[in-house]
Formats: sequence, structure tokens, C-alpha cells
Amino acid sequence: MNETYLLSVQHLSKSFPGVKALDDVHLNVEAGKVHAVMGENGAGKSTLMKILIGMIEPDSGNIYFKGERVAFHSVHDAIKAGFSMIHQELLPFPDLTVAENILMGREPVVFPGWINRKKLNMASLHLISRLGVSIKVNRKMKTLSVAETQMVEIAKAISNNAEVIIMDEPTSAISQKEVDILFGIIKDLTARGIAVIYISHKMDEVLQIADTVTVMRDGKWIATQPASGLNKEALINMIVGRPLDNIFDKKSVPPGEVLLSVKALSGDYFSDISFEVHAGEILGIAGLMGAGRTEIMRAIFGLDKIRSGFIYIKGKPVRIKSPGQAMDLGIGFISEDRKETGLVLSSTVRNNITLGALSICSNNRFIDKKKEAKIADEQIRKFNIKTPGRNQVVNYLSGGNQQKVVLAKVLLRNPEVIIFDEPTRGIDIGAKAEIYKMMTALAAAGKAIIMISSELPEVLGMSDRILVVREGKISKELKAEEATQELIMEYAMV
Amino acid sequence: MILAKNYLSKYGILIALLVICIILSVATPYFFTVQNLVIVLRQVSVNGILAIGVTFVIIAGGIDLSLGSVVALTGVAAASFAHPGAYPLIVPLLMGLLTGVLAGVINGLTITLGKVAPFIVTLGMMTMTRGLALVWSDGRPVTNLSPAFNFIGGGDLLYIPVPILLFVLVIIVAYILLNYTTAGRYIYAVGGNEQAARASGIRVNAVKMFAYIICSGLAALAGIVLAARITTGQPNAGVAYELDAIAAVVIGGTSLLGGRGTVTGTVIGVLIIGVINNGLDLLNVSSYYQQIIKGVIIIGAVLIDRKNGK
Ligand SMILES: Nc1ncnc2c1ncn2[C@@H]1O[C@H](COP(=O)(O)OP(=O)(O)OP(=O)(O)O)[C@@H](O)[C@H]1O
Ligand SMILES: [Mg+2]
Repeated sequence: MNETYLLSVQHLSKSFPGVKALDDVHLNVEAGKVHAVMGENGAGKSTLMKILIGMIEPDSGNIYFKGERVAFHSVHDAIKAGFSMIHQELLPFPDLTVAENILMGREPVVFPGWINRKKLNMASLHLISRLGVSIKVNRKMKTLSVAETQMVEIAKAISNNAEVIIMDEPTSAISQKEVDILFGIIKDLTARGIAVIYISHKMDEVLQIADTVTVMRDGKWIATQPASGLNKEALINMIVGRPLDNIFDKKSVPPGEVLLSVKALSGDYFSDISFEVHAGEILGIAGLMGAGRTEIMRAIFGLDKIRSGFIYIKGKPVRIKSPGQAMDLGIGFISEDRKETGLVLSSTVRNNITLGALSICSNNRFIDKKKEAKIADEQIRKFNIKTPGRNQVVNYLSGGNQQKVVLAKVLLRNPEVIIFDEPTRGIDIGAKAEIYKMMTALAAAGKAIIMISSELPEVLGMSDRILVVREGKISKELKAEEATQELIMEYAMV
Repeated sequence: MILAKNYLSKYGILIALLVICIILSVATPYFFTVQNLVIVLRQVSVNGILAIGVTFVIIAGGIDLSLGSVVALTGVAAASFAHPGAYPLIVPLLMGLLTGVLAGVINGLTITLGKVAPFIVTLGMMTMTRGLALVWSDGRPVTNLSPAFNFIGGGDLLYIPVPILLFVLVIIVAYILLNYTTAGRYIYAVGGNEQAARASGIRVNAVKMFAYIICSGLAALAGIVLAARITTGQPNAGVAYELDAIAAVVIGGTSLLGGRGTVTGTVIGVLIIGVINNGLDLLNVSSYYQQIIKGVIIIGAVLIDRKNGK
């Protein structure tokens, strides 16, 4: 085998019922380098990584590590050999503490079988503070936000002296500040000779951190190139297979009547929130992770309790106590957390898509299966969901395609006021452009759109107006024309 | 090969049933006679009705341990109004069913509004209803029931025993409910991911209530059938029936975690348990050994099914 590579994957193939997830793929990773893997949703990136970490076994093909052929039959094997992975779909133990999660399986002991709690907490505190974030290590995992969970998973992955660290979309839930910290750590790791395999849909990140880029499409290897010779356009071209002109295709329409307004709204994590959204408008909500943006919207949608304040729909005061009521009032909520609040993972694509809108495909509570199938297929086509069929279990879809199912589901109800919470999280560049187009079209059709986003280019590219949220309060309202990244950050920072 | 595997995983448990039937047919020729198969069906109908009911609850992510005691209580309740010449037949039937529904309502309310774990709530309900059955009947069997009432357990309609007809009716209704109605769809959603179901505008508590009421309601039906078959309202009847029902559901591929399961699977699970009971009786296996063999076959069947399912 070629000895210059630390890790070499050759002719790897893997099929799932109805899907060829990997088709004769190869990948050569050098020690001390960052190798980015990119590609559309469902291209097979995560599948490739899950094979490397021993979670699933390939149908055929070889993996060479330090020149020797290896075949991992379990994650345990792979970790022992020197692999480590941050999973795209985070896999914490919700009822254990942060410390217990980070050192799961490697707990320091007083004597075998007896955990040394003090050491456990000290060691994990050390790992967490290395990441420059402050999360108490004795907190239960389930009390953490998605972003904090992501940071804990990062801490866990870099803590076990691996030689190859796989990061499957590590930055999908964190904001710029944490991304910078992560990149500092990656530089540190590669300087020590560790190889990092980095999966991301974010062009800027990849161009910034990667040494080499491999692009996959439909389970096939497309190209591998040094990152230094690439720019954004070239990357998009490789990933999508054609150039994409103008991703943010935003045309502003004159705003119509006020569809939703809130006055002096307060809840557990926010206070004194007042704003309004007009028909035809896209209202961007910017802020740091944990600023309370999601919590405000969850409260409006009836998922969390409101302490005080008022909500008006088309000028009429309303009291929203449950998501069902919110939906009846014409509000739709696309959650940032597809696993928790977005999807029933054990259920099929069809059932998830129609779950919130069964009334439109049933007569007197009897489901019209033909109509339902037709509606599901339409949504699958419209949102370009990559699935062998409407009866596939959602759990088996790639992360990005799961996100599209959430979109398809919420928009099927045809809501008037649509709250998008991190709508393009984990979504590939082509699909992103499609979602932006869809938002623009929805706004043009007179819907009011609220878009929470941690991606500043997205906020700037799509919003007509921007609210910056800081520590549970609106710190600034900006018009699209006056907003810049710097200005937003200034009001977002504590 | 792949085809064979798919086939196995989809029909694994059905194949297990067939294999058990074939073995029993070879071991004792009497097993595979119309006469005996009707006996088997009649024997399984009570457990079958219970198992279908608890399928709803388990798919919704819950559990119901009170079934066996509800069978006893509703049997006593119905029987006390079923003495000859006392009331028209509808009265004992309604009394039984309403008692069951009430148990379901209490289970459901405590679980949804009280936020107590289903295991604990229904465990409490199990001892409460058993106690109630004993108090109601003074600890004595309620005998001397009208022929019309007993017909439900022992009669034939069009040459088919009434319990079997009721079981089949329950299967059909449950199948339609779970597969063709919005309520059924919501039960799967609530069991699969309660949060997501709520965020989709589903009234989660109402759905859970529905599942528990169906479950206890069917337990009441089973209680009536059993009382009519033994022509007695027996306060000590139905002990541990919930375990056979839950076993049948799990054998049938329904996940105890919720969100997944089928009526067809449960019916096959019920038949497997019934056929084993009947076969071992025919083979004159001592009841001590019967328990051991039954346990082994139940676990074995599920094991084979899950292996293929992967
Ligand atoms: N366990 C599984 N069973 C069936 N199909 C699967 C399974 N896992 C993955 N797939 C399918 O394999 C294909 C590749 O999925 P994979 O998760 O590797 O994509 P990805 O490149 O990571 O996409 P994304 O960018 O959306 O995360 C998809 O079509 C997916 O639906
Ligand atoms: Mg992926």
C-alpha cells in the first residue's frame, strides 16, 4: 500500500435496501492534514464515516490504516485503533452529566469498577475549558442547548488521543465564536500529526481550514483536490455539478398588513419582547447561541409557557396554549431540532409529512390513503427529498434530507406566519438555494416569515429587517440596508 | 438471497407460527383437526381481545398492567346484573363495559394530567380493581346467570362460537382504527416522539386517553366473555392475564418503546401462545414443564424474529 497516507480507503461500496449509499469510493488521508469531504445531502458522507468508525460494515472494499489492512467490526475496535468521531446526529446520554458523557467508557477509577468522581469532573472540566466555553460539567446533558451539546461532543472526540478524528458537520449548531475556537483546536491537532476528516456544507469554513477537499455525489467519488487551488465557485461547481448563480435571490415586496405582533412578551428565558411582522416580509432574528431566540418562538408557538405579554394575529389578541392552537391560527414552526421536536424518526416519510395536516387528506377522520400518498409524493418532489420512497423510515434518511422532511411537513399546512429556526442547518448548497427561493416566493405570496439564523450571510442575504437578540432581550432592530456583519455582532455580543 | 431475507424478516413470526403448527401436527394428529382448531380459537379469544387492546397502549408508548384485574372486576360487574329475569341483557353488558371504560379513564387521567409513569399507575389500578372485584362480590363467585348472558361465552352463531366472532370483530375494528383513521396515526406518532407529535398540533393527552380507554374497554369485553363462558362472575379470574397479552404483543413485533407495531403481529403472537398451550395439553405435558417450554418458545420466537429483522 501507498505508505504516504495515514488512512487509505479503496473501492468501498455499501448498499441499503433501495439505496446505493457508497459506490466504489476512495479516500486518502494524510497525517497532520485536514481533509474535507463535501457533497449534497445523501451523497454518502456520513455512511463512509460510519464505516470508518466501525458503526456499519461495508459490502466490499478495503481500508488501510498506517499501511495495514483493517476491518473494524465495532466502534470499540475503531477507537482502540486510534479513530474518533463527532457524529452529525449527536448521540449524548441525556440523563448523565456532561462529565460522564465526555469520559464515557474511560472513567478514571479509584480501583477497577469504582469511579473516581473527583477526577472525572476535573478531567472533563479541563477538556471543556480547553474549548473556551463555560459549561458546568455536573449539568445533565438534557439541560444543554443543541450548541452546548455540540461542544461537549467535540470535547469528547478530541479527548481520547485519536490519530484520526472524524468531524461530521461539527459546526452545524454553533456560532462563529465557537467555530473560531474549534478551528484553533483543529490547527493544534494537525500540528501534532493528527489527521482530521472534516465534513461540512459550509464553503467558507472548508476553504479556511481544509488542506484537501474530496467531493462525493450520489454515493460516488467525484474529485479530490488541494484546497489551495479552489474557490467558492469551483467548489459549488464540483458539488452541484453546475454553477449556481446568486444563491440569495431575494426580491423585496412592499410589506402588507401586520400578520403577527407581540407586545412585552416575557417567559423563562426572555423578557419584554415586542415586535411585529408584516405580510410579505422576512424578519431575520440574529444573536448568539443561547440568546433566547428559539425560546421566544417556542413560546409564541405554544410549546413553552408565556409569563406575561400579548400576542396579536392580524390585530386580534389571541392566547396560544398549544401548538395545535397556533397552527389553527395560521402559525407554522420549523424547529431547529429535527430529532426532538421535528420528526417522528421511527415513522415513515409519508406519515411525517402529513402528520400535522391529516385533516386535508381524510374524510371524517378516515384517512384517504390514495390522496395522502399523492400529497406525500408531491412534497417529496417539491422539496427534492432523497428517499427510496414515501414509505422509507425517516431515521434512515441522511441528515439534510430529514431537515427537508420537516420543511415539507410544516409548509403543507400552508401557514400564514412561518417561523424558520435555523432552516438550512445541515442542508447542502443546492438545496439551500432552493429553500431561499422558496422563502422568497412565500413572502411574495403574502406570508410573513420569521427566520432565526446563526449564519450571518443568510441573515443579511434574506432579511428585510433584522432583530438582534441578546440575553433574552431585543438589543437592536436593523433595516436590511444598514445591516452589516460587524453591526450585528456588536449588538449580539454581551 | 436478499429476497429470501426480506421475506423472512417480514414474515418471520408467521413462519415461526407455521413451524410450531407443523411440529404439533406431526407430534399429535388430533392437533390439525377442525374440531381442535376451533377449540384453540375459542381459547385464545379472551387473551386475543386483551392483547389487541394493550397493543394500542404499547404503540402509544405506554403499558397497562391492570388488564387481568379489570377482567375480573368487569366480569363481576356484568354478572351481578345478569341474573335470570332481573334486567334485559343490555344492562349487564353496559355495566361491564362502563366499569372498564371508567378504569381506562382513571388510568389515562392519572398518566396524562397527573404525569405519573404508566407502569406505576396501572400497577396501582391492578390491585385496586382486584380489591374492588372482591368487595363487590363479597369474595364469592357471582353465579346463577341468565342463559342469554351465558350465550356470549358459550353460544354459537352460524356454527361459530360467539367469542371467536367477537375476537374477529375486534381485530377488524382495531385494524381499521390503527391503519385508516387519524386517531390511529396519532397513536403511532405519540408513541414515536411525543414532543414532535405535540409540535405537529396533535393533542397528545387526548390521544393517550383514547388508547387507555380502548385498552380497558376491550378488557371489559374480555371480562364479559370470560364470565359468560364460565357462567360465573369470578373475582379471582384473570390473574396474570396481562402478561400473556403483553407477551403476545411483543412476539408480534410491537416495540415496547412505542411508535411501532401492528394488529396482524399481535394476532399472530396470540395464536402462537394459544397453539403452544393447546399442543402441550394434547401431548399431556405436565403443567410444570409446560411453563418452562412455553417460556423458551416465546423467547425463542422473538429471538428468531429479531435476528432476521436485522
Ligand atoms: N441505515 C440506513 N438504511 C437505509 N438507508 C440509509 C441508511 N443510512 C443511510 N442511508 C441512505 O444512504 C444515503 C447516504 O446517506 P448519508 O447519511 O451517508 O448521506 P450524507 O452525505 O451524510 O448526507 P447529509 O449531508 O444530508 O448528511 C442516503 O440516501 C440515505 O438515505
Ligand atoms: Mg451526513
